[in-house]
Amino acid sequence: MDTKNITVAGLRRMLDSKEISAKEAAGEFLADIKNKDDKVLSFITVTEERAMQDAQAAQKLIDAGEAKPLTGIPLAIKDNLCTDGIRTTCSSKMLGDFVPPYNATAVEKLMAQDYTLLGKVSMDEFAMGGSTQTSAFAKTKNPYNTDCVPGGSSGGSAAAVSAGFCTAALGSDTGGSIRQPSSFCGVTGLKPTYGRVSRYGLVAFASSLDQIGPIARTAEDCGIILNAIAGADPKDATSKNVPFTDFNEKLGTGVSGMKIAIPKEFYGDAVDEEVRNAVMNAAHEYEKMGAKLVDCSISTLRYAVQAYYLISSAEAASNLSRYDGIKYGLRGEGHSFDEMIRDSRNRGFGDEVKRRILLGNYALSSGYYDAYYRKALALKQKMIEEYNAVFEQADVILTPTAPTVAYKIGAQDNDPVKMYTADICTVTVNIAGLPAINTTCGYDKNGMPIGMSIVGKRFDEATIINTADAFEKTFSPVRCTL
Amino acid sequence: MSNLYPTIGLEIHAELLTKSKVFCTCSAEFGGEPNSRCCPVCSGMPGTLPVLNHTAVEYIIRAGYVTNCEISRFTKWDRKNYFYPDLPKAYQISQMPRPVCLNGYVDINVNGTEKRIRVNRIHLEEDAGKLVHDEATRSSLADYNRCGIPLIEMVTEPDFHSAEEVVAYVEKIKLLYKYAGICDCKMEQGSLRCDVNISLAPKDAKELGTRAELKNLNSTKAITRAIEYEIYRQSEIIESGGRVLQETRRFSDTTGETSALRSKEDAHDYRYFPDPDIPPIIFTEEELAAIKEALPEMPEQRKERYMSQYGMNATDADNIISDKDICDFYEAAIKAYDKPKTVANFILGEFMRRINLGEMSMDSLKFTPEDLARLIELGDTDKINKNNYKTIFVEMINSGEKPDAVCDRLDLWVKDDTSAVEAVIDKLIADNPKPAEQYRAGEQKVFGFFMGQANKALKGQATPNTIKAILEKKLKG
Repeated sequence: MDTKNITVAGLRRMLDSKEISAKEAAGEFLADIKNKDDKVLSFITVTEERAMQDAQAAQKLIDAGEAKPLTGIPLAIKDNLCTDGIRTTCSSKMLGDFVPPYNATAVEKLMAQDYTLLGKVSMDEFAMGGSTQTSAFAKTKNPYNTDCVPGGSSGGSAAAVSAGFCTAALGSDTGGSIRQPSSFCGVTGLKPTYGRVSRYGLVAFASSLDQIGPIARTAEDCGIILNAIAGADPKDATSKNVPFTDFNEKLGTGVSGMKIAIPKEFYGDAVDEEVRNAVMNAAHEYEKMGAKLVDCSISTLRYAVQAYYLISSAEAASNLSRYDGIKYGLRGEGHSFDEMIRDSRNRGFGDEVKRRILLGNYALSSGYYDAYYRKALALKQKMIEEYNAVFEQADVILTPTAPTVAYKIGAQDNDPVKMYTADICTVTVNIAGLPAINTTCGYDKNGMPIGMSIVGKRFDEATIINTADAFEKTFSPVRCTL
Repeated sequence: MSNLYPTIGLEIHAELLTKSKVFCTCSAEFGGEPNSRCCPVCSGMPGTLPVLNHTAVEYIIRAGYVTNCEISRFTKWDRKNYFYPDLPKAYQISQMPRPVCLNGYVDINVNGTEKRIRVNRIHLEEDAGKLVHDEATRSSLADYNRCGIPLIEMVTEPDFHSAEEVVAYVEKIKLLYKYAGICDCKMEQGSLRCDVNISLAPKDAKELGTRAELKNLNSTKAITRAIEYEIYRQSEIIESGGRVLQETRRFSDTTGETSALRSKEDAHDYRYFPDPDIPPIIFTEEELAAIKEALPEMPEQRKERYMSQYGMNATDADNIISDKDICDFYEAAIKAYDKPKTVANFILGEFMRRINLGEMSMDSLKFTPEDLARLIELGDTDKINKNNYKTIFVEMINSGEKPDAVCDRLDLWVKDDTSAVEAVIDKLIADNPKPAEQYRAGEQKVFGFFMGQANKALKGQATPNTIKAILEKKLKG
């Protein structure tokens, strides 16, 4: 089995035709993890024994002809999704030994299809960052060039898929954390509409922006996984009951007659020329397939990063307050509650997390709320209106996923503002609650992948999956040589 | 005597009687083994999410209706952020700018004078856990059973000027909440708690004085003592030329004094913001109307009914409705025995007397309303002599023994054996020739003497009517 190229759909056919057993499939990925992950550092916890048990259970269903789309498919799970009985660290010393007694609903739904769990993959600490270098346990590297970052925060998920350590993975996306690492690692990643997938059991970073989604090798695979994990959940009041049948139902219908909006603000000087050219080439490819390009404007983009960091940091500051060392996680020392809580948080959190907590608490402080948080919420409203207007004249929007390709490890370590600015292309989608998918549209002169994002209307994942799929059918990916 | 005049405002926290907690499905019952009633959601485990209990929302709307509040059509929840070991998420889900209830009022009666107290707002929030401090090991332990129990906080306008008014208000709120079925109002268990804001100023002053906030007063007695102490303390300071500090103070039941807990400078910045996990609620007129419609019968309505349908006078009706447990007992008793007036007389008399004497309590009654109904019915229908009510009732109070069983055991049934009655009376008259002579001479009052003696001798085994008839016949004899 070609572990770097096998898709969920392809492995399904092999498993069902008995070309390979579920145990053999899991074994091949586990062997690759064992042999090569010391170069990539994508896994925090490899669940070898559990994988074999899962595979055995899956095989029985396959043999009985009762396999579901993900039965026996080996997947990796981002380490901020709670897994019952399996350590869930969020890449933080704070939760280094935290074993949840419950599953995230998305994980629960994968289990209902008898998937195979290979392990938990690395991320930026509490999903704060775009490089996976803030992880306390595994500073993941880019499989295309291990001197470069894999992106983040779902860098472990994207790198593991790219390196062939799993068929696909779950990630989470608060400001680009699925799409940007997918772009950097040359894979396909889908951030669903806010409310499409239950957030229950996803360790919260910014509750109004967080969304779980798949990272895979094709848009079709993303659709298969989204079919499994989507749906309203009584445990998450923000999940929405918007019925769906199959997110892949539009595959093969092409893009002829489709209107693709090109918002000019996303193609300015802040974006590298090579990236711009690659995305525009893809746009012209769509034109050749019969789509129509439409010029448009998202003027609020100039305030997007600021609004994003205010909203996400404010919510994060509150969400992360529960880590006080009293109930679970790292416990510090001290002679009083206050001292103990302070010491726990001082030792448990890394610098980036502390920076965001400070920023968030500042923005929510009395006297500053109106100047910062309230304004950010007002901008969110404006942004939603702008997107609604664009979607009145277009079916999807096409943008670069990141201003650059994967950069060298350490290149942005001392400049948080520059690092935050790099989120410019992805954050508006979270603020507006829209679905978006990244797929590879080219490679730079050094062979590093370039990603493009297709943004859709709320709850119209099927259209962006089809749009990405149409391009993927014309494109020959170059896998990493690891 | 100074001309300083107290101005007081109240915050009343009430735990709602929902079956489950406000944001998870754990039991909301009081007590339980420590940490036996909590789950990943209410203990703040990573990744868990709150889901609003709609019964709690219905209950706070009831609270709003019974205190004449406006119900907001649009309401939402906010996070109140602060670190404390009994608050597992380090934020309390509460309501800041958009509470469910606004601008109500409650009328109270103090020494015969009606007074209207304005309600500023009522909002819904979650309770925190409890810390247990263990001196032996010098450690503190957290119990999260109470975490997430739905709590409503009512804030009044500063409309009170004495402890008496405050206590009258608290009693009225307890009555309204209990009748609305939303809170059991057990101050000693903490299901109803009061904070008192109090300041002093000259009576004609344009501005109020600096206030102190007295926290967590857990009985009406504590409220009275704390207010009285605080009036004394603040007037001492003001009259000696000092300045009252704005601070939070704690009242000690042991010393009867208040002491500073924290000053205004130490006050938290709670960094309130809208909780992104809980979507706001927009009520329709129909939903609100349905909740109003489903409100249980309130004390004033019951009083009205007792007076118009049962012919009770206002005082008796007030007495019965003033304790919901007794009133509910009465309602159940008249369901079993449809003589509202007779049953009311028993409840207002012997029943309440025993409660006031501390011989029984509504929390731990051993007999049922049906038992009491049966007792009264036995007397009414001459199955027993009413003089034996007390004897039988005491047995019911003490052991819960059924009235029929008590009569069997103590041989208290009325027997229609006139020959036995005649024999007893014959003997009585023979033993007391002088009073018998007096009666025949026209002294009616000695008849009572014979009635009493006959009753005593017959131990209630004959009805007064039977005894009276035979006595009259024999004496005139």
